[in-house]
Amino acid sequence: MILVGIVVAFLAHAQKFTSEKTYIKFFSDAAIEDITAENAKSSSIFNVSTGDVVFSIPIKEFEFEKSLMKEHFNEKYMETEQFPKSTFQGKISGYQPSVVGEQKATAIGKLTIHGETQDVQIPGTMINSNGVLTMKAKFIVKLVDYKIKIPQLLWKNIAEEVEVTVEFNYKPL
Amino acid sequence: MKKIFTIVFFLTALSLCAQDDLMKELEHSQKPETNYITQTFKGTRIINGQSVETKGKGELEFIFSHRFDYVNTGSYQVWGLDGYPAVRLGLEYGITDRLGVGIGRNFYYDNKMEDLYLRYKIARQSTGAKNFPVTITGIGTLTYQPYPNAKDAANNNIPNPSTNDRLAYVAELMIARKFSSKFSAQIAPIFVHRNAVDKTFENNDDIAVSFAGRFKFTRSLSLIGEYYSRMNVHANSPYYNSAGVGLDIETGGHVFQLLFTNSLGMNPNTIVTKTEGNINNGDIRFGFNISRTFQLSKRK
Repeated sequence: MILVGIVVAFLAHAQKFTSEKTYIKFFSDAAIEDITAENAKSSSIFNVSTGDVVFSIPIKEFEFEKSLMKEHFNEKYMETEQFPKSTFQGKISGYQPSVVGEQKATAIGKLTIHGETQDVQIPGTMINSNGVLTMKAKFIVKLVDYKIKIPQLLWKNIAEEVEVTVEFNYKPL
Repeated sequence: MKKIFTIVFFLTALSLCAQDDLMKELEHSQKPETNYITQTFKGTRIINGQSVETKGKGELEFIFSHRFDYVNTGSYQVWGLDGYPAVRLGLEYGITDRLGVGIGRNFYYDNKMEDLYLRYKIARQSTGAKNFPVTITGIGTLTYQPYPNAKDAANNNIPNPSTNDRLAYVAELMIARKFSSKFSAQIAPIFVHRNAVDKTFENNDDIAVSFAGRFKFTRSLSLIGEYYSRMNVHANSPYYNSAGVGLDIETGGHVFQLLFTNSLGMNPNTIVTKTEGNINNGDIRFGFNISRTFQLSKRK
């Protein structure tokens, strides 16, 4: 059994995919103003044979419409100097590498934001075409789950949960 | 049963280990990045003087400042609040994230002053691929004294100065370091040249060094302080070194600075050359700066 495991682990090396193009967007729908931010500087590795997947998201690379929004996001909400990265470590479950085209899959694992780790299951879509792999998902993050506090003095212009959209393109490593 | 448990445990451990290894691999594959330190100070002002901060590209900041009468006027004057305040109304615009331009109007009875300045962030404190210990910002200010105009001069039988005699130039080089997310400090040499002065008690050229700091209590509240040390004080100078302490409170788009200072100056010329309050006599004023930032052009 262990031997098989080791052999699989060795074989698996050739089955790793690395992110080529990444896109993460979050959207907060609040009373005073909607806030959208986009980040194209994330990275990820996906091991197709084991299903293991990791994501690393540099927080300061989220770009906003207004300079002040970015400043508040980093300084007041995410405390970026202390927690520069968000990560996901887990497995993609339900993905069939042999199937070409679109299929449903679920990412199960640990999502770390603002230094807080939560077990999550994120349903998404995998698109497999000519050796290029695309992962897409849309999910809700509740600020309270990650101990992201809305400062008392700040006007209530951010929602207590935000919608996150993820789209990553992979190529074989 | 025990065997199965051991195997499951072992496999789970192996799987977690695999993900950790994968995360390490991901981190190794990333190029080292330069991490620029931002938010050394909350605003472009510390107490009276300027900070190393610049506005973001397309941001317009409106700064509204008051300095009330001396606190030692006592309770009948509500510790100075009843007095006629010195006011500065100012605008600053971010041309780029590092280059800004500002204009202000200062008034207190007949002491009127206009200030116009250019601010440029020469270097940014950074860690990572490119390491630099401090943020450096240079500011060049031109001040113009509108009082007295021809009519004032005739009415009060005083000379009407030429345009040239109303002008002064200030060069400042702010050097600041954010030591931690809580503590930042700034040192700045300042040079002031005034075209026309009363040589019996004033210099044409004044040199000063300012020291300033910030200590952050919470995400929105900081203690700020500032001190200007004049280097070449005129032997008959009736003026003092400017000092101030205050609280910096941020509420989203606004920054409120509530402060105590011995200076009426809200532009670098007046701060260095005309601080008239003697702290030892309790000549301290309460004042505030309120800054509101508007984003005029979208970043994307």
